[in-house]
Parts: sequence; C-alpha cells; structure tokens
Amino acid sequence: MSRLYVARNPRVAARSLDGEMMIMSGRDSTLFTLNKTATILWQSADGTTPLDEIVEHRICTEFEVAPAVALQDAETVARELASHEILQISEEPIPPRNTVAGESR
Amino acid sequence: MPELTTEVDRLSLVIEIGSMPVRVHTTDARFLTMLQDRYAGFVSASEQAEIEFDVQLTPPNSPDPYAPVSVTHRLGRWTFERGDFRAEWEPASRTGWIRQTANPYSIDAVLRIFHTLVLARQGGFLMHSASAIRNGKAFLFAGVSEAGKTTISRLAPPDATLLTDEISYVRKQGAGYVAYGTPFTGELAKLGENVSAPVAALYLLAKGSENRIDPIPPGEATRSLLANLLFFAEDEELVQSTFHSAFEFVSRVPVSRLTFVPDARVWELIG
Repeated sequence: MSRLYVARNPRVAARSLDGEMMIMSGRDSTLFTLNKTATILWQSADGTTPLDEIVEHRICTEFEVAPAVALQDAETVARELASHEILQISEEPIPPRNTVAGESR
Repeated sequence: MPELTTEVDRLSLVIEIGSMPVRVHTTDARFLTMLQDRYAGFVSASEQAEIEFDVQLTPPNSPDPYAPVSVTHRLGRWTFERGDFRAEWEPASRTGWIRQTANPYSIDAVLRIFHTLVLARQGGFLMHSASAIRNGKAFLFAGVSEAGKTTISRLAPPDATLLTDEISYVRKQGAGYVAYGTPFTGELAKLGENVSAPVAALYLLAKGSENRIDPIPPGEATRSLLANLLFFAEDEELVQSTFHSAFEFVSRVPVSRLTFVPDARVWELIG
C-alpha cells in the first residue's frame, strides 16, 4: 500500500487565532475554518512526513481513536482540503517551496 | 490654410476621499458638473493628486446592470470591468482611464475599486458598515443588507457626525486605525461628512428586543470582518494582504455585537 504525503499550499493565507486555524484561498478568497483534526493535519503537512506517521504521532496521541479509523478520516480531510487547493497530496514526498505567509503569526 | 484641428478644453476636478486626492479629467462640462454635485464635500482644491484618471465618455447604451465586476492585474496594469464601464490604472505612472457613459454610478464603482486596491497594500480597507464620529472617536457598525446600517445612521443623535451609512473607509495609521467619511451612500442617500477620527470600536449589528453590547470571540470577529470587507481583485498577494489586515484590525480594535431595538436609546451605549 502506497503512503501519502501532504504539504501546505504556499499560495493560501493562514493564521491561527485562539487555537482556531483560519485559511483563505488566494484563488477565490474563500475562507475556511479548520477543526482540531484538520488543524493538526495542516500544521504537520511538511511534505516529507507520511500521512500515516502524522496520524500515529500527532492525531492518535491527541484523540482516542483507532489508528486505522484515524488514518481513513485524515485521508478524507486531506483530500477535501486538497480539493480546495489548501493542501497538496502526493504519493511521493513533496519538495518544499515557499513558506506560507503569516502562518505562524 | 484652414485650421484642421479643434482644441478641446480639458476640464478636471480632484475628488479627495480618505485623504487621497484623485484627479478626474473630462472634456464634457455637463459631466464635470454632475461629478461636482455627486461628490460635493469631497471635491478638493488640492493641486497634487495621487492619480489622474481620464474619463472617456461613450454614447448611451443599455449595459447589463447585473454584470459581474472583474478586476485583474497584468504587466503592472490593473483593469476594472463591468457591464457599464472599463477602466485601467497603472500605479507606476499614477495614471489611468475610464470608459463609460455620462453617469455618476460607473465612476463611483471605479473609485471604490481603486481605493480598495490602494488600501489593501497599506493595511486598510473599505467595509460594508455605517460609521460615525462621537466625542472625537469613530465607531463602525457592520452588517449585511437589512442588518441595520441605515437604521442606526438615521437614529444618530445631533452630536454624532455621520461618516457613511453604507461603506466605511478605514486606514491603518501607526498602531491604530482611522475612519474617514465617504460619499458612498446606502438607503439614506446622504453623503458622509469629509472628516476622520481614530476608530474606537467595531460593532456587528443585530436587531433584537433590547439594546445591549456583547463581546464576541476573536475568531468570530475576524470572520465577520472578512465577510464585510469590499474586495474585488482576483490577486493572491492582495487576498493575503487583506486577510492579514483583518487579523491586525481585530487584534487592535475592540469588536462586539450590538443588539438594538430601532429607537434612539441605542446611542446611549455608544461613545
């Protein structure tokens, strides 16, 4: 089974406020507010850590959930974010590009 | 030898909104008078202008009033288009042109777009909100259509100076923000006063059975602010800039929900 890699799209604007991650698409100005799981996924999406490792080390340690179920949910969330061009998904590691403007502000 | 060319008078006026003088040139005296009436209070005697727009009047036509606005940036030049106008602006040369019929609405839209773009680069914005000055401080009242912008403006007491009942003009200045009067009107159809004051608060309007002010979480404040900003450009850099400006604003200006019944007592809570 192939592994999935996820990376933040550097062309979106992102900012965390009181633990709430908000992201605006640079393409069409749509605003997204991420839930906790999606926020962890976003913050961990460095393009080089496989999704299953993110789930194992970041999500399963945060929530009481079976790894297989968590991985399935995370993949669904990742594909949803990718459909809005917020995340990039690949079966190969994704080389770093620009950092996301304002992500850590 | 007979004269082959006719000299055409080039008329102009400066429209100054948000302390930003924009010179408009036309060859049509009646159109100039129309602009002087439309922007009364915002016509400036300033010799200097941030930008010069040449207005090229076209014959009357029947444009689609519901045509979407398109604002694009290419090779250092902005293009604004709607069914009733086409305009270009080149920031480097501080010049532009507008092609429209002799009506005040098209140039009004061009000016809104132009100011939106300029403000976005400076950390400011135009917002769907009424605004007024009281006791030397500016208060913004934001909300969608029917939220109460016109009502709260109509209820303003004599000691409040109305800046706008529809579109607020907000500039970043130092560590804070300043609101300016605008000629952009809503249902009240009354131009704002051409004055400014530091922004003291943003209220998100809600109609209810009592007058009260409630705090709202920063996330909700930011989302509401973003939902009320005027923004036209399909430009990633400006989208990001506007996004971060909203966060900056919320971190520096108190944002609350103002629930009110439609009577003048609501103003006892303001100022």
